[in-house]
Amino acid sequence: MSKLTDIIPRDFSLHPPRIAPDYRSSRSRGPIHKPIGFATTMTEATGPTFGHDVLGPNDHDLLINHAVDGGSAIGPRIVVHGVLRDGDGRPVPNALIEVWQANAGGRYRHKKDAYLAPLDPNFGGCGRVITGEDGSYSFRTVQPGAYPWPNGGNDWRPAHIHFSVFGMAFSQRLITQMYFEGDPHIALCPIAQSIPDAAAIDRLTARLDMEATMPMDIRAFRFDIVLRGRGATLFENQMEGT
Amino acid sequence: MAKLPESASQTAGPYVHIGCVPEFAGLERGYHSQLGTSLRADLTGDPITIRGRIIDGMGDPVLDGLVEIWQPDGAGTFYTNGKGFGRAPSHAETGEFVIETVMPGAVIDQNGTLQSPHLALWIVARGINVGLHTRAYFSDNVAEDDPILSMIEPTRRTTLIAQKGSNGYQLDIHLQGEKETVFFDV
Ligand SMILES: [Fe+2]
Repeated sequence: MSKLTDIIPRDFSLHPPRIAPDYRSSRSRGPIHKPIGFATTMTEATGPTFGHDVLGPNDHDLLINHAVDGGSAIGPRIVVHGVLRDGDGRPVPNALIEVWQANAGGRYRHKKDAYLAPLDPNFGGCGRVITGEDGSYSFRTVQPGAYPWPNGGNDWRPAHIHFSVFGMAFSQRLITQMYFEGDPHIALCPIAQSIPDAAAIDRLTARLDMEATMPMDIRAFRFDIVLRGRGATLFENQMEGT
Repeated sequence: MAKLPESASQTAGPYVHIGCVPEFAGLERGYHSQLGTSLRADLTGDPITIRGRIIDGMGDPVLDGLVEIWQPDGAGTFYTNGKGFGRAPSHAETGEFVIETVMPGAVIDQNGTLQSPHLALWIVARGINVGLHTRAYFSDNVAEDDPILSMIEPTRRTTLIAQKGSNGYQLDIHLQGEKETVFFDV
């Protein structure tokens, strides 16, 4: 049973515009009309939450969760970790985070990705975790490669990992991408640069974390995520458990 | 506590199916359970099916999109533990998505107002920079004085209403154009 709270309105100045002309796909897929706002109702104040039982034993380990015969994915071994918070700074516990990415050569395991870089038989490219009581999460993977994409020019995506994040409320739902500190492609990328605020792009950039790096084993990158904040209590004890 | 700025949204890109519906994307090994596939099994209520496509500004179907669904059961009750959450990916050749669920119950709001039965929908795809919130109402189950629909000009209201036909309900999501769907800032 949980309290349901109002959700603080989204600050769109922190986000890409619906149409960012340099990102060609958004020209015909970004709505023209401004979205219509209304006070939070039950529908948006609630949202899907998941128990740890939805996870398999290797869902958090992309190094091995698609590998055969005890193998491991090819590429720089990394662990990505951080804390999920809401806009008030409170950790968000028990929240599902899904990730997907290209392999170390920059190729996705998808029938429509025909890039020259080969598939890695031991790498699938998706994983998921649920945050702990302190909002923390961690998963292992290989550092993905940069890849070219059709956008009208010589466009290459910076190395990135896609994140899908659930909060407590459906209106907190967020999909974003994580970049890597020091990648020169970030400044050249029409998708990263669709975010109008340089500080907001920087916050999507994971930092090398030598403290969490394990000697002779795996490098760590730190990536914290913030969902929209919650406000006053709207309802109490409205959700049914299973 | 100090206010923290929300992490910026980025497009889900063309391969959102890998991350969110990996079995549908053809990953032959991976999770033991793909999420969002059991709306009808998890909720009590009358079975319904909604079919549609996401249409871009050129009039073409979006083939790499994903519709997420959040709803109560037939009595209007929301649940925890993933019950009431669904995912309907766009078909890679036709763009059609299919939502197999139950008719949601009317929801009583915090101020006592009754909202007509509806699904909350969230749309992501390549070219969509911030996930799009919208709703699906039902042509044979809409109250004249619904508090949300009443806010919207009548010509655009119809973009939120799934039309009942012989083959279940039909609702296309138009990202742009004359029939652009009403999206919400919620
Ligand atoms: Fe990508």
